Amino acid sequence: MPTINSLDDLKKIREEALKKRDVKNTAGQKQVIVGMGTCGIAAGARETMKAILETIENDNLSGIVVTQTGCIGVCEMEPIVQVQIGEGEKITYGKVDKATAQRIIEEHVVNGNVLKDKVIPM
Amino acid sequence: MKTIRSMVLVSSDPLSMERGAQQVFDNLQSEIKSFGLEDEISLSMVGDVGRHDALPLVIVYPEATIYGPVKPQDTRLLVEEHLYKGRTASELTASIRELSGKIAWVNARKGTIPAQQRIVLQRAGIIDPTNIEDYIVHDGYQALGKVLTEMTPADVINELKNSGLRGRGGAGFPTGLKWGFVAGTGNKKKYVVCNADESEPGTFKDRLILEGDPHSILEAMTIAAYAVGADEGYVYVRGEYALAQERLKIAIEQAKEMGMLGDNIFGTNFSFNIHVHSGAGAYICGEETALLESIEGRRGEPRPRPPYPTTEGLWGKPTLVNNVETLANVPAIIFHGADWFRSFGTPSSPGTKVYTILGNVNVTGLIEVPMGITLREVITIYAKGMKNGATFKMAQTGGSSGSIIPASLQDTPMDYDSFSRSGVSLGSGALLICDDNNCVVDLAKVLQNFFRVESCSKCNPCRIGNERAYQILNNISEGTGTMQDLEDLTMISTNLSELSNCGLGQTAGTPIRDVLDHFRAEVEAHIKLKVCPTGVCPMSGKRK
Ligand SMILES: Cc1cc2nc3c(=O)[nH]c(=O)nc-3n(C[C@H](O)[C@H](O)[C@H](O)COP(=O)(O)O)c2cc1C
Repeated sequence: MPTINSLDDLKKIREEALKKRDVKNTAGQKQVIVGMGTCGIAAGARETMKAILETIENDNLSGIVVTQTGCIGVCEMEPIVQVQIGEGEKITYGKVDKATAQRIIEEHVVNGNVLKDKVIPM
Repeated sequence: MKTIRSMVLVSSDPLSMERGAQQVFDNLQSEIKSFGLEDEISLSMVGDVGRHDALPLVIVYPEATIYGPVKPQDTRLLVEEHLYKGRTASELTASIRELSGKIAWVNARKGTIPAQQRIVLQRAGIIDPTNIEDYIVHDGYQALGKVLTEMTPADVINELKNSGLRGRGGAGFPTGLKWGFVAGTGNKKKYVVCNADESEPGTFKDRLILEGDPHSILEAMTIAAYAVGADEGYVYVRGEYALAQERLKIAIEQAKEMGMLGDNIFGTNFSFNIHVHSGAGAYICGEETALLESIEGRRGEPRPRPPYPTTEGLWGKPTLVNNVETLANVPAIIFHGADWFRSFGTPSSPGTKVYTILGNVNVTGLIEVPMGITLREVITIYAKGMKNGATFKMAQTGGSSGSIIPASLQDTPMDYDSFSRSGVSLGSGALLICDDNNCVVDLAKVLQNFFRVESCSKCNPCRIGNERAYQILNNISEGTGTMQDLEDLTMISTNLSELSNCGLGQTAGTPIRDVLDHFRAEVEAHIKLKVCPTGVCPMSGKRK
């Protein structure tokens, strides 16, 4: 990353990053976000993350970006996984164990079918 | 599970009852049913709302709209307009001049925000904490850029003073004022310290901020350093917070690489460096002077004050110590302005507060809500009610050093001034909600045990007082307490608060005082009848 020497530099970096994201989103990029705060990890988020990555590898999938985030405050529903397909609405899943993680990738991310029983309202 | 979106209270003091409050309540109940809203709206009677000419009152939350006097025949309009269609039934609202006493505050409350309003937690759980670009996309480092290129240190301090931000570390000290003290000292070397020791039981808000949005703390500390004239900073992180420490260190490296930290920040001649210092698990090290001792490599024992850290802090140099949540507000205040910040919360306590909710409620976790909402709202709306429909008995605020709040105070707005007027403390923002299966003696005993173990033993009132108070409470819980014990407890509680050297001992007597003030009958039952009304205490007849 370049060094920032002025407020304009910062704004430029921000706009470029935003543009990159817009392009990816309009191209239908699939994003999977795993809550990795202490509460998430304590509830098994590392296992969930592993299951997600393994499913992607085993099924030979591409075009899926997996990232982590902190806790959003609903610690009771951890591990929390969010899925966003392109510019679509972000769907939030709660209590995602390994099996559910695999289902989320195979049913939602690949085939676009939301797992209604696991969605939590945000 | 039901999602309560709104809460309706009907006043039920004698005058209200005489004027038909019961009929109003019954009518509201059937109207709410007839509109099919019974799963979304909670309706209850509330006692004393203060003297008022417009009784009976109906107060609708979260908007805190006050209607009155409400007649039984008005209820249909009220339910249809406000609860069904979602707009104020203006013809029924109480005129502001008529409001007095305990409920006058409701009108001082800003905004009609049903959803959680996030300032401090705006990015936590949204961005990737290990990716500085994510932070920048979400407006990160813009406040710092503005400060370094467009504002003088005095401008920054003024903006903060105007915002009315108060310290979220427990005491509620005005942040702008504190910054001004440090800025006003002539010393060349100064420090900025972020207090991330967070050892109050049940509190984990700072952890969530550090883990989810570490750059916001770095940005805030750098702004603070510029404002007070410091060139070095420490984040003192609780030892158990390994993940928070790791994320902070990653963030520091990234910020340095991009010129947001280190030498010549933003291409200016301002330089600032931050170190991460790990605590080792002592509650006392959250007390700011013990914390400074600990950074200096000594045992974490509080220093006598004055001198305060603002004049003689770390290695004798002027030092600014702020809590994580306090700092997390700073970039947003600079970015959006003091007036924007003041549009949340109450006039005396602007902004939001992060609470960790625990205990016998349906949903536990973290919320960020405007200052001034009530405990009843937190329980009903955010925590989705008491578990198994149990009755709310009391709440313990602010970890262990907070207050025990009885149900009768659940309609008091939670802000610094209203709380201190009611003799309770907001503390660190933990809300332990207890139902009527919990025993007050047991709760006080657990809290006193915490203080007994965590006292640093430097001063006698705290070292001996907490030990003795614990023994007495233990005896009461074993059924071997005497009425003399209650006198002794009162004396110990007073001595603790008046004679202790630091905040630990000074607040350690609060649980005893609260329990004796609000629940004396229940305590006496343990002594006189030798029964624990809730069946929690062992009552074995043993004595220490
Ligand atoms: C026993 C004790 C423990 C404390 N623990 C903490 C803590 O964990 N975190 C914190 O921010 N403040 C804690 N404080 C308060 C600090 O001494 C200090 O007031 C605070 O860091 C000031 O920050 P603020 O002005 O931003 O609130 C504690 C105080 C006492 C007496």
